[in-house]
Amino acid sequence: MLDKIGIAKRIAKEVKDGYYVNLGIGIPTLVANYVRDDIEVDFQSENGVLGMGPFPFEGDEDADIINAGKQTITTLPGASFFDSAMSFSMIRGKHVDLTILGAMEVSENGDIANWKIPGRMVKGMGGAMDLVASAENIIVAMMHTNKKGESKLLKKCSLPLTGVACVKKIVTNLAVLEVTNKGFKLIERAPGVSIDEIKTATEGTLIIEGSIPEMSF
Amino acid sequence: MINKKVENVQEAIQGVKDNMTFMLGGFGLSGIPENSIAELVKIGVKGVTCISNNAGVDDFGLGLLLQKHQIKKMISSYVGENDEFERQMLSGELDVELIPQGTLAERCRAAQAGFPAIYTPAGFGTEVAEGKETRDFDGKMHVLEYAFKADFAFVKAWKGDAAGNLIFKGSARNFNPCMCGAATITVAEVEELVPVGTLDPNQIHIPGIFVQRIFQGENYEKRIEQRTVRQRN
Repeated sequence: MLDKIGIAKRIAKEVKDGYYVNLGIGIPTLVANYVRDDIEVDFQSENGVLGMGPFPFEGDEDADIINAGKQTITTLPGASFFDSAMSFSMIRGKHVDLTILGAMEVSENGDIANWKIPGRMVKGMGGAMDLVASAENIIVAMMHTNKKGESKLLKKCSLPLTGVACVKKIVTNLAVLEVTNKGFKLIERAPGVSIDEIKTATEGTLIIEGSIPEMSF
Repeated sequence: MINKKVENVQEAIQGVKDNMTFMLGGFGLSGIPENSIAELVKIGVKGVTCISNNAGVDDFGLGLLLQKHQIKKMISSYVGENDEFERQMLSGELDVELIPQGTLAERCRAAQAGFPAIYTPAGFGTEVAEGKETRDFDGKMHVLEYAFKADFAFVKAWKGDAAGNLIFKGSARNFNPCMCGAATITVAEVEELVPVGTLDPNQIHIPGIFVQRIFQGENYEKRIEQRTVRQRN
């Protein structure tokens, strides 16, 4: 079974040379730490930064240079700043190659719910609805089950949706799965995790074809 | 050169009245019009609708207007980090409309650019699209979203001149350029008001035509919401 860092490491393998990548808050943010250093990747932050670098050294923080999580950041050589409309032109216009974000629920047809729990304080969707509606390559990073042990990979989402039929791939602590028109297709197992464990933790239709390899890093 | 310079924030907000709709630039606390917000708190304008990506924190940004119960409605994409906001929203005192961030930006830009509305795929199939006109373009569904209508836009830039030309710094740019010229009156406050002719026309982000009033701001706090650093080794 993987921890959050393991999920981030496995997703980092999906990041290819020349990609512009938007990372959501939480596990997705960790992905940047594990991208191979022999490829060129630019990270986009939807508040208006392309070419994000690491956090600044202590004392170098600048209130005018932050990421979408409102954290102080730095920029790398070749970076640019732009306004919010242009930022979402990059996203809506499909110029960003890969979007990685977290989710509360994903359904077997690729619907995603990650912004609102009825009865709880609603904070808002931020840029998530724009990202999932437009990105062609969306990977969800999440735990396979919630804190109560209930599956987050469902036949149908129970929470208010963020987007419909948009998720292509899911990496959880148990498995890598692809969303197909027949359901969740199991691609890889996390180290030490059996197919039965994945079956038990998946409420939606699970497609298992042939032998399912263990993830490699 | 058409002069847009006003002497101070008091002059800049002339004409602000109760129940108006304001656009306010900023993302989190970065690039917010600190001087204009402080003055709006001071004059006690009430019943306002604020179009702004966020609602500040309890004791800074739009949180200051919320504390004084001056805001009737917020139109935002994300409103976490604010307990007073939550209290007013749950008690029904504050009306809140949450919309996708890119839609918020583009509804501002549409108003600036003279488009009555735009189609966006964001929010299709979700509660955001409920009751809205939808349309299929090349097999993908889109939602019709109208341009905002606002009385004042309050924006913050790094440098500007009396012609109203603006240059922003870093990610403090965010929604500010999208809101310039998107309201009846655009008020720009700048950290540094420089003599006309000293800004390179090639480097202007927002031409002065989109700005009605400009003034030099004072005492910028520029509070950092999430201070994240790494250690020097």
